[in-house]
Amino acid sequence: MPVVEFFVNVLSTPAILVGLVALLGLALQGKPVEDLIKGTLKTIVGFLVLSAGAGFLQTGSLLAFGEIFNFAFDMQGVVPNNEAVVSLALGEFGQATAIIMCVGMVLNIVLARFSRFNYIFLTGHHTLYMAAMLAIILHVGGLSGWMLYISGACLLALIMVLSPAYCQPTMRKVTGSDSVALGHFGGAGYWLAGMVGKLFASDRENSTENIKFSKRLIFLRDNTVSIGLTMIIMFLVITGVAVSRGLLTLVPAGTTAAEFVSNPQYAGLQHLGDLLNIGTETTTNWIVWAFTRGLSFAGGVYIILSGVRLIIGEIVPAFKGIAQKLVPGAKPAIDCPIAFTYAPNAVIIGFLSSFVGGILGLLILGVINAQIAAIALILPGVVPHFFCGATAGVFGNAEGGIKGCIAGSFVHGLLITFLPALCMPVFTLMGFTSATFSDADFSIMALIFGNVALNVQGAVLTGICVVCFCLPILFNLVAPKKAEEKKAE
Amino acid sequence: MAIQKILCCCGSGLGSSLMVEMQIQDVLNELGVSGVEVEHSTVSDVTPGAADLFIVARDLEDFIADIPEDEKIILSNILDKDEMKEKLSEKFGL
Repeated sequence: MPVVEFFVNVLSTPAILVGLVALLGLALQGKPVEDLIKGTLKTIVGFLVLSAGAGFLQTGSLLAFGEIFNFAFDMQGVVPNNEAVVSLALGEFGQATAIIMCVGMVLNIVLARFSRFNYIFLTGHHTLYMAAMLAIILHVGGLSGWMLYISGACLLALIMVLSPAYCQPTMRKVTGSDSVALGHFGGAGYWLAGMVGKLFASDRENSTENIKFSKRLIFLRDNTVSIGLTMIIMFLVITGVAVSRGLLTLVPAGTTAAEFVSNPQYAGLQHLGDLLNIGTETTTNWIVWAFTRGLSFAGGVYIILSGVRLIIGEIVPAFKGIAQKLVPGAKPAIDCPIAFTYAPNAVIIGFLSSFVGGILGLLILGVINAQIAAIALILPGVVPHFFCGATAGVFGNAEGGIKGCIAGSFVHGLLITFLPALCMPVFTLMGFTSATFSDADFSIMALIFGNVALNVQGAVLTGICVVCFCLPILFNLVAPKKAEEKKAE
Repeated sequence: MAIQKILCCCGSGLGSSLMVEMQIQDVLNELGVSGVEVEHSTVSDVTPGAADLFIVARDLEDFIADIPEDEKIILSNILDKDEMKEKLSEKFGL
């Protein structure tokens, strides 16, 4: 039946699928037709832009990065960048990601209504990234089709309320109210920073905000600038090492492009053709090459972010509107900059301290790799350390003043270096080798459910996911209601 | 000049700027202002002329230092609807 084939094709085209999700959300809000057309088309364009960005990121930078890192250090170097890994994952898991995201948001409303975690997770790009990550790890467990969608959606909804819930005790101290929650999948890291901060609770009054601290590093809040800067430095260092190990003289001059491609000796260098000046008239200086490749990475992420912005720009307001109607008292869980205005000094101090933790973590990984066992090297990315490290700093400060801020975000920096390294075996299995998820909750979920998926497959795995989803609701029904009893008294 | 386009900005242009955008839409409705385009993006996209009014949180104030005073709003709390209402009414001359 050609008609059935047509509809199957529509539903298996991820771009159209996310467009339909947006259409549904807009229609449920009763928007006029012109808004439906505008929103649906913009969402579809967003997905296509994202795919274009993924392609550019790969060919412009990431493939070359993997090869040259391998040549320079004989090991695997991994850039922790959510956008990079998600854009690659959407090629294979686009359909699953879109469905998991949509059903996951519906189940988030269910949990907010029927469990004690009454949070609505409004950070749409993190919902999208988590959906993609769950699609990858559950695929490792042999799930596909509706079993994959249900399992993924259950876990997604669970972390959408758990993450704000474990951040809330400290978040209350940050904002001084209980009306808003933190919705950012670095949650486990912030919780840990808060716990470490508590060790300095006696010094809590000695806040970061009482001192004068230069705000000049704030320019790193601009994503394009911070990614560009980090990747230029990484490319320069790695290319420099590769050049000093004789990369440029490896392929004899005069080798044609055809010879280069067909010679198995050069198999691991296929994306470095322009650096090695294969079949070109002009010669490229390696410093210029490293500089432009670093900025190409930033360019790729810029395109991807533009796509993501278009995708979630229509879906999040619809989700918020519907959730508010169905669960009127639910607390909105909002992206991490919400915490930044409460303690601007802690933002900068937290970033620096977390970044130092990341560098120390990298050195420790290097030693482990050389002495004990092969492990991936997680390079310190400025973006995760800035956004997550800064939030960890604000949390540490709220619990233990300036000492809590420094200690909390330092431990956070170590955490977001070690956790992704531990998760790499699962992602490598699926072919994601040179980029990975950066923020703590992604790693925690990948570590727990990735390992479950490696041991338990199929229907049992789906069962585990559904049970995990039901636990908070059962708990609400069975356990005595402490908070409400207190209110009643 | 009449304000026709408002741009809300944050670091990555994904999360908090979208929250501000949704809030602005609500406030404009309450104020009875219509026909104003509200969008969100990253602070990289802030250039004079890109919009008639730029809105950022206090911690990003320095990013839009080039923008003249009457074309920007700095929010000390991005979720405070009253603050937003007060500052928007002023810009719209209500």
